[in-house]
Amino acid sequence: MQYLLMIYDNEAARAKLSKEDDDKILAAYGVYYEAMAKAGVMKGGQRLRPSPDATTVRVADGKTKVLNGPYAETKEQLGGYFLIEAADLDAAIAWAARCPGASHGAMEVRPIWPM
Amino acid sequence: MADVAEAVARRSYGKLLAFLAARHRDVAAAEDALSEAFAAALESWPRTGPPDNPEAWLLTTARRKLIDAGRRSRSGAEAMPHLTMLGEELAELAQTGSDIPDRRLALMFTCAHPAIDEAVRAPLMLQTLLGFDAAMIAQAFMVQPAAMGQRLVRAKAKIREAGIPFRVPERFELASRLPPVLDAIYALFTEGWGNPASHRDFTGEGIWLGRLLVELLPDEPEALGLLALMLHAEARKAARRNGMGSFVPLSEQDTSAWNSAMIAEAEENLRRAACFGMAGRFQLEAAIQSAHAARRLNGTTDWTAIERFYTGLMDLSPSPVIAVNHAVALAEAQGFAVGLAALEAAAADHRLSDYQPYWAARARLLEDAGNNAEAHAAYTRAIDLESDVAVQEFLTGKRDRLLH
Repeated sequence: MQYLLMIYDNEAARAKLSKEDDDKILAAYGVYYEAMAKAGVMKGGQRLRPSPDATTVRVADGKTKVLNGPYAETKEQLGGYFLIEAADLDAAIAWAARCPGASHGAMEVRPIWPM
Repeated sequence: MADVAEAVARRSYGKLLAFLAARHRDVAAAEDALSEAFAAALESWPRTGPPDNPEAWLLTTARRKLIDAGRRSRSGAEAMPHLTMLGEELAELAQTGSDIPDRRLALMFTCAHPAIDEAVRAPLMLQTLLGFDAAMIAQAFMVQPAAMGQRLVRAKAKIREAGIPFRVPERFELASRLPPVLDAIYALFTEGWGNPASHRDFTGEGIWLGRLLVELLPDEPEALGLLALMLHAEARKAARRNGMGSFVPLSEQDTSAWNSAMIAEAEENLRRAACFGMAGRFQLEAAIQSAHAARRLNGTTDWTAIERFYTGLMDLSPSPVIAVNHAVALAEAQGFAVGLAALEAAAADHRLSDYQPYWAARARLLEDAGNNAEAHAAYTRAIDLESDVAVQEFLTGKRDRLLH
């Protein structure tokens, strides 16, 4: 099965980190990324720019409405994702728990709806 | 012949369903197929006589139903490789005459998976391992049948769609994965215990699951502790009411009305648990019940020991409920003043303001202290919060005696 691991993080707290602490997190992501690639579970993954860089788009009555900011203003924002192949939810949870995001934020694990 | 099918259903339902669900990875589809297989058995066995191996017959029939259903849906098509493997496995079992593998422990862990809504874990176990329908479960849990049915359907859909596995966690995972299983079984038991007016009493089912868990996982002290705790409570069931149906508190119960076989089984399980030297919440609670049960032997209760067990529980998993029980034990061991002080300290937690046992305990200790006015008010509050009529009458009797 495929699962999307979504990393929710407190952007304000992350922005306040010293360069040294931020580098440590990036290094941890590097190690994690390699472990996933080596295990052959990684199907894709990216870091996202912070939510102030987000734009929300809706179409109503044929008109496109564009708003500045993310879909929902919450303290913790989607900051990145990994798409993985895992045998079952337990395996996906185990990978989510190893992600540095699980320690500085929260991970949401969602199964992909196969088309 | 219908009797044979019913006997197999009673004895083997959970085992057959666990096997099918684990292989097919879909509880709901396995349930449908198994119930169709039982219907087919009721229809054909009276004519043909029961097969030599009824369980294998039911599984083979259920597998055919799963294949039929699978042809009609896309997700079913994905399951076809599992069903082919299942067919090979069944053929092999039939040839060797060996028993079907027991996957009930794996099913228990699936039902009580942390990704399943906590409120539906115990109902899910009742349905899958014991074959109860949603309406019966709803009655015991005091919710609308439609609501319970919907919760069960949603949970089974999540097992399928999120890929919750059917497996027994590894030893190193048990510390986090076993407690939800124990909690679900205990919730089932206390639901039956706290709701004696319900048409269906699930305390027996809780004990049945507890025994099954201990049989399949014999080296887990907390599983043994949970079984001991439930058996001790169940052993006193008959003594909780007198001949007129009135409530009898533990301290006034006739110990000869206690079930000595159940107490012996509880003590044996607790002894086995203690051998592992790893105390836990359920073992401590069982030890408290064991201390109460000792009254049948020497006519006294060792409140000092009970107070120590409650202190252990407070350290392990502090809760306002345990704090109330600890205060009562303190009062018995060291006098009402000490108990009352502990109870008042516990009342800082506002959750206790609607907790009946807190008010009943407070009423009793205030009565011992000679503070009849406040005791009267506390009894009234306890009576208002109690739903069991027999307990209400008992408390009303205590309160009204204060006036004389």
